[in-house]
Amino acid sequence: MKKLMLGNEAVARGLYEAGCRLVSGYPGTPSTEITEAAALYPEMYCEWAPNEKVALECAFGASLKGARAACTMKHVGLNVAADPLYTLSYTGVNGGLVVCVADDPGMHSSQNEQDSRHHAIASKVPMLEPADSAESREFTMAAFELSEKFDTPVLLRMCTRISHSQSLVEVGERADVPLKEYVKNPQKYIMAPANAIRRHPVVEERMEALTEYAEDCPLNRVEYAADGNRELGIICSGTCYQYVKEIFGDNANVLKLGLVNPLPVKLIIDFAFSVNRVVVIEELDPVIENHCRSMGLDVEGKDKFPIVGEFSQNLIRRVLGMEVPESTSADEQIPVRPPVMCAGCPHRGLFYTLAKNKVTVIGDIGCYTLGSAQPLNAVDSVLCMGASVAGIHGFNKIGEGQNKTVAVIGDSTFMHSGMTGLVNISYNDSKSTVIILDNSITGMTGHQQNPTTGYNIHGDPATKVDLEAFCRAIGINRVRVVDPYDLDACDKAIKEELAADEASVIISRRPCVLLKSVKTKAPLTVDTDACRGCKKCMKLGCPAIHMENGKAVIDATLCVGCGVCEQLCAFGAIREN
Amino acid sequence: METKNIMIVGVGGQGSLLASKLLGHLLCQEGYDVKVSEVHGMSQRGGSVVTYVRYGDKVYSPIIDKGEADYIISFEKLEAARWVSCLREGGRIITNIRETDPMPVITGATEYPHEVLNSLEGKGVSIDQLDALALAEEAGSQKAVNIVLMGRLSKYFDIPTEKWTAAIEECVKPKFVELNKKAFELGRNSK
Repeated sequence: MKKLMLGNEAVARGLYEAGCRLVSGYPGTPSTEITEAAALYPEMYCEWAPNEKVALECAFGASLKGARAACTMKHVGLNVAADPLYTLSYTGVNGGLVVCVADDPGMHSSQNEQDSRHHAIASKVPMLEPADSAESREFTMAAFELSEKFDTPVLLRMCTRISHSQSLVEVGERADVPLKEYVKNPQKYIMAPANAIRRHPVVEERMEALTEYAEDCPLNRVEYAADGNRELGIICSGTCYQYVKEIFGDNANVLKLGLVNPLPVKLIIDFAFSVNRVVVIEELDPVIENHCRSMGLDVEGKDKFPIVGEFSQNLIRRVLGMEVPESTSADEQIPVRPPVMCAGCPHRGLFYTLAKNKVTVIGDIGCYTLGSAQPLNAVDSVLCMGASVAGIHGFNKIGEGQNKTVAVIGDSTFMHSGMTGLVNISYNDSKSTVIILDNSITGMTGHQQNPTTGYNIHGDPATKVDLEAFCRAIGINRVRVVDPYDLDACDKAIKEELAADEASVIISRRPCVLLKSVKTKAPLTVDTDACRGCKKCMKLGCPAIHMENGKAVIDATLCVGCGVCEQLCAFGAIREN
Repeated sequence: METKNIMIVGVGGQGSLLASKLLGHLLCQEGYDVKVSEVHGMSQRGGSVVTYVRYGDKVYSPIIDKGEADYIISFEKLEAARWVSCLREGGRIITNIRETDPMPVITGATEYPHEVLNSLEGKGVSIDQLDALALAEEAGSQKAVNIVLMGRLSKYFDIPTEKWTAAIEECVKPKFVELNKKAFELGRNSK
């Protein structure tokens, strides 16, 4: 029977059916549900790793031992895992090894829009790209076959619209794939120069063999228009294939590429000569287009289509000069509705205090990036995972100002890549102040456990990293914990640690208010007689508070009684009911 | 059958995932090809969220574009107006009339356009407005707004009520089935 599955769930199903034994990942939208869904199959060992590099190296270890293994990450995670990936291309694998990576065209939940196909090309690793959930399952299984046949890791490229779309999948049984024997093989697995120089030609030969394979493999296919019109031919992959089919139905000449690295040569040339005009439709960078041009084919592509952002059926219709459906819109200005910190978010009190003290804040990746939004406006920079802790060190090494600057980083992000930056602060002595926003969970991606929470991916008890002991062990003498709901305590801690003449860590500790284990209080109310309408409480940017007729009003359906606004009210107008 | 398009829009955290799960389940049972697309991650934190449900003989694109939606189901008034450009000619909006202020309104940077639905109706847009929150509370929980709206949507479908309630039984925890059935009835039958 067919089941409606997310693309990510279908990848997990493919891992299961392919006999994969180990899955390691780091959460990142839109990839997170692959590992979460995989963890529901007890036949596979699944875990959250502290970062993507660890996840890939863990999967490598399992492959070396002879098992089929996989790792998962979002597109920027592949940058973190690039180091092992590029050399795994040289070593090859023992058991099949699949690296699942999810791109985010349109940046629904990402800091950039990079195209992970460039990593496939640069690392010389084959990459598959499914176009719906059924293909997500099939291509995952095919990736293991390719991995073992060509002795290479294989990248599986997902994107937001494939990862987070549910479509029908016909599922099968789990294959019984025996462990391969582990045989010590230094020439293959020790990538010291003398061995690596002998492996590089192997990589080049493999790419040639894979290009040969791409010419007639079942992952790539040509569909000709049912009406026999050969005017327009379209080369595409992934979501773009769906948009093209949406527009043309069966009356399209399409070369659909499932193996997006390496790209075929003869297949593309034959297709190009079977139609009058070739248009390459691909989101993000002109990878397929440049390949076509390198073969001397005169194709259309990014001269018409944008490099930036997601495509859609109407975007393609418009570019191809076709009619788009009529639509209407409101005459009124529709206010934007950006994401906000939740009512009762433990980060709010801390960011309020930082803004009040006019502190420069080197930020990081997580829910707390929202501290940058109005009205808190409390963050100065956000670059990538871990860059707050590493960045403040350089910031403080240049001139004055270390007593006016902090780095803020979440618990999971600190484990991911903030730790090494803190070692640098300690070792190279920058007297920086780092605030770890410990909300006891990986928040933004939807509540995944991490090494500081005390639970593993299944929610079972696990070793819990002691943040205070860790910071002290690497040489930070000033380590203190504050409750971000206590504004006075936050203010005191920030002032004292910024004034100190040595490096310090403030752990702002309170669990995410959305956690089921958190008991919230009754909503607060405003005594309208006492409220003077000074709007001080509005400075918090709490979605539960708004003004009505010059007085503050608290929305009882949103308020969780955190009491931060109550501390700000000079007139005692906000109180428990 | 030509592909039909339903959008579910609202504010992150309002429960649109259950509504799309219910629709997806029901439409699969009816034998259609179905695609359901949602966006996870950052926009869930109180931001504007949208889910696309598409069904027919064969569904290709995972998204619904401007001028394509047969129905827009909205959990909040402003969100109905935000996405109206996706409605096709002759399509219908079904919306909760409650207002949730977005942050630029809360901070006073801009104002909430309270009359926006009336002016859209003035432009000929079909809008079915109901106080879904009041009906959900009558059913027993504020959280049942999603099923109230599904009840109202069901009025416009040829699918028998029993199949909708069977889908509710499949998609919600047993202890909430009765509450949600009541919410569905209230949404379907209210004026």
